[in-house]
Amino acid sequence: MSAVFQTAITKAMRQIRAWARINSPWAIHFNTGSCNGCDIEILATLTPRYDVERLGVKLQGSPRHADVLICTGPVTRQARERLIRTYEQMPEPKFVIAIGSCATAGGVFRGCYNVIGQIDEVIPVDVYVLGCPPRPEAITYGMVKLLNKIKEAKTEAADTL
Amino acid sequence: MSEKSEKFIVPIGPQHPALKEPGHFEFTVDGEVVTGASVRLGYAHRGIEKATESRNWTQNMYLLERICGICSHIHALAYCLGVEKLAGVSAPPRAQAIRSVVAELERIHSHLMWLGVAAHEAGFETLFMYSWRDRETLMDVLEALTGNRVNYSANLIGGVKFDINADQRDTILRALEFLEERTAHYMDIVTTDVVFLRRTRGIGTTSAAQAELLGLVGPTARASGVARDVRIDAPYAAYADFPVTLILHNVGDLESRFIVRINELLESYRLIRQILDHMPEGELTARVPRRIKEGETISRVEAPRGELFYFIKSNGSDTPERIKVRTPTMCNMASVPVLGIGQQLADIPMILAGIDPCFSCNDRAAVIHQGDDGDTWTWERLRQYGIDYYRGQP
Repeated sequence: MSAVFQTAITKAMRQIRAWARINSPWAIHFNTGSCNGCDIEILATLTPRYDVERLGVKLQGSPRHADVLICTGPVTRQARERLIRTYEQMPEPKFVIAIGSCATAGGVFRGCYNVIGQIDEVIPVDVYVLGCPPRPEAITYGMVKLLNKIKEAKTEAADTL
Repeated sequence: MSEKSEKFIVPIGPQHPALKEPGHFEFTVDGEVVTGASVRLGYAHRGIEKATESRNWTQNMYLLERICGICSHIHALAYCLGVEKLAGVSAPPRAQAIRSVVAELERIHSHLMWLGVAAHEAGFETLFMYSWRDRETLMDVLEALTGNRVNYSANLIGGVKFDINADQRDTILRALEFLEERTAHYMDIVTTDVVFLRRTRGIGTTSAAQAELLGLVGPTARASGVARDVRIDAPYAAYADFPVTLILHNVGDLESRFIVRINELLESYRLIRQILDHMPEGELTARVPRRIKEGETISRVEAPRGELFYFIKSNGSDTPERIKVRTPTMCNMASVPVLGIGQQLADIPMILAGIDPCFSCNDRAAVIHQGDDGDTWTWERLRQYGIDYYRGQP
């Protein structure tokens, strides 16, 4: 009986966790050397016209309160350490969204002497949103993709999350 | 750092909740009062000026546009005006008028954005949300004109890429009508809301003499009564035909920076209407050779944040030999550590937001000293560093 009971409890807890995660992904934004274009589009996504807060996304000040790291821009040599530190300060499970062409591939700054490259050369990335800069709709779509990813993970390897 | 042990240093950044961009600040505080401040910049330094030397004239237009996503058009405009000057061609009048229209639209979007961000720093979230909602009207206009919301790339070397037809003209005018009404409302709020005035009136006051001394530019200087506007001092694009009224305010505190920027919004609405009513007819582009004649030139424009300065040197090939950019935030940033001293720590975000900082513009060159290197690099040493650096490259 206890084994069955244990399994049921674990399953229920897993479902509650995933439900909570999907409904309130708190985000933190870090600019690793972006031109600002993506940053203003992220802010536009949070403001009334696009209002991503209806999906439960809230911009947080501290990495310790955040679930999702939203990164913009190519990684510059100075910002690299800070990006890693910010990422490591976030509690598990954590997800990373790379916004814009520079964050996904280095973009127009590829080859500049102070640029290391895209975000995934430094930290793992879950969702890539392309565009220079991506439209707020695209950023919202990227967010929904991430939420779906969390939802799917619920049925597969939820214990690792 | 200080002889008294009870002093406390508050480090802020580079990832911080106040601004969207990375910058590191250290404030020495005595209780709540700031007694010392230092700024460390360069987190967004990418090395664009060096990168321009390996791209051709046309490619550089797209690269320089991405120095800053907020004032992207004005960067490309300063570059194009400079290159046209070197090549000895000038864009047709209609192209110049369209350039000015887009530049003013960009100023509106930048100032509305700043209004929201500055209100957000003051804790006035309602104004932040409202001004960003209204800004979307303008983003629609920019998208209808150029096809992109940010980084519009309206310029070509020798002209512009698109025309403004009657439909688009009506769209712009309709948007301006709505924005004008809203802007008047914002003016009312920032000058009468008692709670908000407590955060802005008498905070971070810069006298005209101090503004001159610190070399402030743009709306920040004009709020201190310094008459400095490149659109008036050295008209470029269509500003000679469509003169701008200088917006001045004499107090120099944060409130007057709000007043100056909001008045500039109203002035931009007027100017766009005037240009659209008297749009010159004609071609949109002039022919420009692929190789630009040897020579060097400067190009100055008024970005939303102040004077933007380009130095361009050509060696006669299809790539520039040197491009140097001096951005307005670079000039204004020096005022933050000076003005911050003696203020409450809680007012610091407002003082910083008051200059409308743009770190991606700002971070042009960074030299990090380790050990007792001395403060200045000689030209020889910098050159040797460059040679060694590129020799080390694969």
